[in-house]
Amino acid sequence: MSNILLIDFGSTYTKLTAVDTETESILGTSQSYTTVESDIINGYENALSELRKQTGGIVFDKRIACSSAAGGLKMVAVGLVPELTSKAARLASLGAGAKVIKTYSYELTKSDLEEIDSSRPDICLLCGGTDGGNKEVIIHNAGMLAKSTGHFPIVYAGNRNAADECAEILASKQCIVCSNVMPRLGITDSAPVQKVIREIFLTQIVKAKGLSKAQDLVGGILMPTPSAVLAAMKLLSKGTEREDGIGDLVAVDLGGATTDVYSMCNGHPTNPMTTLRGLKEEYAKRTVEGDIGMRYSIKGILEASSPYEISTISGLPEDICLEKINHLAENTDELPSTEEDQNLDVALACIAVRTAVARHAGRIEEYYTPMGVSYVQTGKDLGSVETIIETGGALVRTGYAEKIGQYALYSPNDPMSLRPKKAKILTDRKYILAAMGLLSTEYPDVALHIMKKELV
Amino acid sequence: MEEKNNEKNVEKTTEMKPKKKIVIGVIGADVHAVGNAILNRAFLDAGFDVTNLGVLVPQEEFIQAAVEVGADAILVSSLYGQGEIDCTGMREKCDEAGLKGILLYAGGNLVVGKVPEEEIVARYRALGFDRAFGPGTDPSVDIACLRKDLHMDD
Ligand code: B12
Repeated sequence: MSNILLIDFGSTYTKLTAVDTETESILGTSQSYTTVESDIINGYENALSELRKQTGGIVFDKRIACSSAAGGLKMVAVGLVPELTSKAARLASLGAGAKVIKTYSYELTKSDLEEIDSSRPDICLLCGGTDGGNKEVIIHNAGMLAKSTGHFPIVYAGNRNAADECAEILASKQCIVCSNVMPRLGITDSAPVQKVIREIFLTQIVKAKGLSKAQDLVGGILMPTPSAVLAAMKLLSKGTEREDGIGDLVAVDLGGATTDVYSMCNGHPTNPMTTLRGLKEEYAKRTVEGDIGMRYSIKGILEASSPYEISTISGLPEDICLEKINHLAENTDELPSTEEDQNLDVALACIAVRTAVARHAGRIEEYYTPMGVSYVQTGKDLGSVETIIETGGALVRTGYAEKIGQYALYSPNDPMSLRPKKAKILTDRKYILAAMGLLSTEYPDVALHIMKKELV
Repeated sequence: MEEKNNEKNVEKTTEMKPKKKIVIGVIGADVHAVGNAILNRAFLDAGFDVTNLGVLVPQEEFIQAAVEVGADAILVSSLYGQGEIDCTGMREKCDEAGLKGILLYAGGNLVVGKVPEEEIVARYRALGFDRAFGPGTDPSVDIACLRKDLHMDD
């Protein structure tokens, strides 16, 4: 018998999942409120004694953890052209599980540098130029970053022909050179840079954030939480050597402050008359909407919609909706207690999911030519994705996961948005995705089986 | 982006100078793909580092690509008769994007109807293009001009 304890040190909750790898089952889950200030260890101990009530006094053979505590992995991304290397840098950082504070393009100015320094990133990703392409801007930007007062490591993933010069300019800083995120125009390659980011996270960031004690206690904080979720989604989609995954999918994690969207699919144009423009995005893509969330970012949901629409979906009068939204924006830990509040939360969740998935998905434009219509696609075509996974308290709690999930789909009101046409909605009721990503590092088959069982 | 071809040509042993970088594509809502494919091959064979954007390319995409790859020249094709409209403002946008003085060529069926070559060149020079080429120009002519303008034989 082999019992594994999977730990997610979150920003407000420490979540535990106990798994038996023999029976491939979840023995129990628990969570406890924590802040780093109140000592992350207390939160862990509280959650553990809660868990013991379900599992009894079992012995854990192994403990593995991920963390988004102490602000998560904060990064700034620097590139050249906004639609090209800046976007590639941003997507690579998000895919490494980072929170991207800001993305910069072209030459960094003095005030940009001041802004970067005061935002205190954990890592700065420096990109720009294809291999053999523009050197001037990245060399300028290396020069600016050399003057930074911060102590963050700089990961260089730009034009390889400027790498030596930039490394020299950045000699007084910790600068790690890896291969270009956009080696050729429109082609992204973020795996190498993500590997470097993960190593820095493991060896430096955990310590810098004062999580060393937690790390000692559990034996290792392996990755940022979003990176664990990404690993789980990749596994569920692709499967293992021994067993197939469930194929292309989209996952939405609706939180209080942000909404994360993951897509696992190539998303290439499906029609031969369609040309792909701009950056060719990768199979595994993560985006974060910082202005879309159920409480801290509730106003962003309102902005993405209208009082009229929220009223229509929730069945509440417009003025009541607005009043309640203002109230919730101030009282961010309030959960719905009445049926009205519940209906409002469902409506907000519908719009949040629609907005976040639409921003994540690609778009198509029509060109009329005398021989018919031609199309140009930017981003990923999620049209053929057949599974949508919902996670996050707000989605799971409402009990209307099916209804909310429909808002992730193609809509005739926005026909150019390449969202899934028809999909089965699965719900992560026990909130196990990050845990399964962690488990997959050693027991991919077990993690895959548990997800297939638990996501319904 | 399937037919868009960014492949690097096999290194020529004779010259050790870095290759000149050019961005090519067919501008606007134009889908004529054959000439573009021929030019791509011809420029690769002539030893250029070619970034081919294919058909249906807006001005912005030419410019963004040229900035990232550090292009020495942009070669715009237009075959369907809308070239003058599609090319208007391109030079100004290049200036705006920091590509001041970048070499700009246009070629294909640049205007509607039978118009003498000098007239076509004059119209495109007025739009800020360095050179314009009339219908049926052989790629060897374009290549010779590029070599001259980019001082490749100096
Ligand atoms: C095949 C073709 C089509 C096919 C294209 C298929 C495809 N996906 O490629 C289809 C049927 C789709 C088509 C559609 C149309 N076409 Co058409 N098409 C042709 C045709 C018969 C051949 C084009 C071709 O492939 N030529 C062979 C290649 C190798 O030559 P090229 O394209 O000229 O390119 C060479 C040179 O021009 C030069 N060059 C090109 N670009 C550049 C750039 C630079 C910088 C330089 C230096 C040189 C250079 O080098 C190239 C290689 O040698 C021509 C007529 C003709 N004989 O040219 C008409 C023609 C181009 N089409 C024409 C028209 C009007 C259209 C339509 C608008 C309407 C219609 N009648 O259907 C639509 C437009 C569609 C759209 N939105 O783009 C006109 C254009 C008229 C004008 N400009 O004044 C032409 C000239 C026919 C005509 N005589 O009326 N077309």
